[in-house]
Amino acid sequence: MLKITDLHVAVDGGSKPVLKGLTLEVKPGEVHAIMGPNGSGKSTLSYVLAGRDGYAVTGGSVRFQDADLLELEPEERAAAGIFLAMQYPVEIPGVANNYFLRQSLNALRRARGEPEVSAAEFIKKLKAVAERVGVDPELLKRDVNAGFSGGEKKRNEILQMVMLEPKLCVLDETDSGLDIDALKTVADGVNSLRSPDRGMIVITHYQRLLDYIVPDFVHILADGRIRKTGGKELALALEEQGYEHLLGEAA
Amino acid sequence: MATALETVQDYAAKAYKYGFSTAIESDMAPKGLNEDIVRLISAKKNDPEWLAEWRLEAFRRWLTMEEPTWQKVHYPPIDYQDVHYYAAPKIKERPKSLDEIDPEIRSTYDKLGIPIKEQEILAGVAVDYVWDSVSVATTFRAKLHELGIIFCSISEAVHDHPELVRKYLGSVVPAGDNFFAALNAAVFTDGSFVYVPKGVRCPMELSTYFRINEMNTGQFERTLIIADEGSYVSYLEGCTAPQRDENQLHAAVVELIAHDDAEIKYSTVQNWYPGNAEGKGGIYNFVTKRGACRGKRSKISWTQVETGSAITWKYPSCILQGDDSVGEFYSVAVTNNAQQADTGTKMIHIGKRTRSRIVSKGISAGRADQTYRGLVRMQKGAEGARNHTQCDSMLIGDKCGAHTVPYIEIKNRTAQAEHEATTSKISDDQLFYCRSRGIAEEDAVALIVNGFCREVMNELPMEFAVEARKLLGISLEGSVG
Repeated sequence: MLKITDLHVAVDGGSKPVLKGLTLEVKPGEVHAIMGPNGSGKSTLSYVLAGRDGYAVTGGSVRFQDADLLELEPEERAAAGIFLAMQYPVEIPGVANNYFLRQSLNALRRARGEPEVSAAEFIKKLKAVAERVGVDPELLKRDVNAGFSGGEKKRNEILQMVMLEPKLCVLDETDSGLDIDALKTVADGVNSLRSPDRGMIVITHYQRLLDYIVPDFVHILADGRIRKTGGKELALALEEQGYEHLLGEAA
Repeated sequence: MATALETVQDYAAKAYKYGFSTAIESDMAPKGLNEDIVRLISAKKNDPEWLAEWRLEAFRRWLTMEEPTWQKVHYPPIDYQDVHYYAAPKIKERPKSLDEIDPEIRSTYDKLGIPIKEQEILAGVAVDYVWDSVSVATTFRAKLHELGIIFCSISEAVHDHPELVRKYLGSVVPAGDNFFAALNAAVFTDGSFVYVPKGVRCPMELSTYFRINEMNTGQFERTLIIADEGSYVSYLEGCTAPQRDENQLHAAVVELIAHDDAEIKYSTVQNWYPGNAEGKGGIYNFVTKRGACRGKRSKISWTQVETGSAITWKYPSCILQGDDSVGEFYSVAVTNNAQQADTGTKMIHIGKRTRSRIVSKGISAGRADQTYRGLVRMQKGAEGARNHTQCDSMLIGDKCGAHTVPYIEIKNRTAQAEHEATTSKISDDQLFYCRSRGIAEEDAVALIVNGFCREVMNELPMEFAVEARKLLGISLEGSVG
């Protein structure tokens, strides 16, 4: 469903290359974990997939379900089924969390030519999902992410993801800032979305998250490229040996 | 993909939706202002002696006054002799029923989205329609009459309820109050009048819809609202004007009087033509609005959503005379392109334990410049008075300005005033976040701005809040990409 071929991306007005020939294919039903040291380009990859400004694609291609993803605006990518759970979710003062999510859901539905959901239907589903991903019902009424703790923000991202039912989930360091209990609830939420027709990219620093969201593939991203690919055992090896040792071996 | 800044730069391309004019025969006074014109207006309006005198006195006062220059807005000198001070649709008499209204005027109101007949029936809102200088229709009158509520044009009130008009007219904003108030007193041609008797809670929103149609006309309406003891009324005004290259002057006066335990809620959705992107044309909105909380425990609440006008210059104010009276001011002002606004409020605390609350939200985009100017004054006798002021500004783009000028004068040791101010920007982060959730860029801007203004929007009557939200979106609309 997602095919990234030899992707080159630069930042700072195109002067600073970050991704240098990244290739990755995600098929429906697969969960891919991407690990890598700081500055390896993990977050850049997630932003490029979601269509954020300021990332210049200098080479390569990204196809998503037979469309040229790079040609689409961020809202069109969302409508096509891409969801990015952000590392630093943004606060929107004065906009209620539940209102925002309903606007989002209905915007996606309109873009797909589907009818909007009724308020009653929406609230029913929202309550059930909030309970499943451990979001306090009070947070639904508060302003989007305003005054949320780090953990609450991350859980709120997962709440949005489960509500919006994307085809491709991209999780950017969703585990950072979470204690072990929160990590489990978040993982449960993510796992509930695992299905044969949905793909996932889980970006993380730590092997810990992968105990709960068990990936089909683990990739090590370093210096803008995927340097090593393996099964879930690669994450364990990495935890024991460190990037330097593992990549040294690969080199 | 556009950034927040680029999106807003595109706003210049937005079109004013109410900019059409209507071809209709008008009865117009010649251009210019002198005692003869004032007398002509008196004659046209069939003024009683006292009112004719009052106008002339105001006119003479006006001649001695100078146009103020302390406000932070810039405009070329206004030639007061180049304005028509009277323009009325040519009708022999005021229509007796709504069916008699000129079909052209009706269709204009239809185009504006406020069909006269339908609005009456569907919304249950009583509306007074002011066209250029005169009121053309007031709906729902019979039902209000049963409760003893008077809602009519001020011209009618002068004749039908002279004792009330004479007692209250100019009692809050005296004829010589300021340059524009004096001008208004001399030449005002219509406006709305409301009287709510003791103990009556007005069961519906009362509303006036102002429309400037003719070229080179000024609109000088005067609104007078009196809430007698223990009564309540909620009033809303809306305004639009055709798109014209020259500037048009709107110098209105609004006076509110609340007696013991009475409450007046006054809401404005102002969408006069703002001029084009280069700042050509548009309405000069120089308005004096003031409410007197004369009675104990009385309350006056101003809510304004100001999106239009080339220049907005007004300070809806409360004089808190009655002990325990309350004044509130909730404002959203949006300036875009070359628009300028210098707006705020005055809260004058005279009575004991009087309270006031000010919430001002300013949004500036394009090359627009905007100033919040507010005065909170605690007089000597204002024992235990309190004020809380919150001024938030949002800047969109890097060529606009926002300024906050609070004046606080406290002459009583037990009185307290608090002032908070913030300035923020719509960030690319916020826009990207919304868009990555499927919300298109323009909708995202509207969503974020509406969130910023939520506290004020919540104060608007339900029926109008929806309209005002849309208006905010439209005022900041731009083509994406």
